[in-house]
Amino acid sequence: MEKTIMRSFERRKTEINSSSMADIAFLLLIFFLVTTTIQTNRGLSATLPPHTDEPDIAKFHDRNLYKIHINSSDRILVEDASFENFEKLHADVKKFILNHGNDPLLSDNPKDAIISLHMNRGTHYKRFIEVMDALQGVYYEIYGERVGLTAKQFRALDLKLANEKAQYDKAREGIPMNISIADPNKIN
Amino acid sequence: MSVFRTKFTSRGSSISTAALPDIIFMLLFFFMVTTVLRKSDENLKYKIPSAEQLKQIDQKSLITQISIGIPKDIEKFGSEPRIEAEGKLLEVKDIVPFIMKEKDELPVYSRDQIIILLKADEDVPMGIVSDVKQELRKANARRIIFAASWKKDQNQ
Repeated sequence: MEKTIMRSFERRKTEINSSSMADIAFLLLIFFLVTTTIQTNRGLSATLPPHTDEPDIAKFHDRNLYKIHINSSDRILVEDASFENFEKLHADVKKFILNHGNDPLLSDNPKDAIISLHMNRGTHYKRFIEVMDALQGVYYEIYGERVGLTAKQFRALDLKLANEKAQYDKAREGIPMNISIADPNKIN
Repeated sequence: MSVFRTKFTSRGSSISTAALPDIIFMLLFFFMVTTVLRKSDENLKYKIPSAEQLKQIDQKSLITQISIGIPKDIEKFGSEPRIEAEGKLLEVKDIVPFIMKEKDELPVYSRDQIIILLKADEDVPMGIVSDVKQELRKANARRIIFAASWKKDQNQ
């Protein structure tokens, strides 16, 4: 009697063969490797204006508006002059925003300065993103310069951290990102 | 000579593979956690444009994806750009109800902070993008991300 109990005890000590565990894990791993698409939430962030029933018509002084038109064949018109390249656009927009009333043709102050982006229904999305990218680049560069960062470092600020949030607020203070995207019209 | 001998025999013993399952499991868990089983791009194909001034949005729970692109099945859905969310094609008028439904799934305090990740093909015309934007304004979902990928030749 005692002997049989002893034996069963001894038997229990023998372990399950776990050599195939790695294979099973490998199989699952490969399944997840294949099905995984790491979702990217990257893009150009923007905030839309609140909805109104009336058409959004607002009067602004002409000097505070920087007008950019893109037509249906993706040609760009900047302040009623032809577009040359993105470097020049970048420099011009920056000058426009940070004019502080010096040049009578450019903005009064950064707060009132508005970049008005106007498109046609046939304009390609790609072109819109290109221009939007350039405009946001100007703002991020301005923000970054105010707190001694590059545009890239500024964009990467983590707003959950108090000191980085303070930097972010300081950089943006008084210079809102006024990029207006008008409804595209059907004509021309 | 005898020193050589012992070295040889010890080399004959194989490497212990006891830790192998653990390593594999670690990798497995990593992929299980990062995997997001998406349904949203079933019917459309799109290639998002590239840009430089990208921002990474971390509040995953607030994000709702809407995509605009050309249907994969042209015979069934036509070759005009269409709107899709959560695996279903939407008409422009369906967007407001869809956003409202998505908002209902969020906690009350963050409903108006919903973020729309707009994934549009780079060749779609702005007309349809603008229609979507108007609907989003109506639904008071005003935080929007125009999805884009890194530009390859960036030098910043």
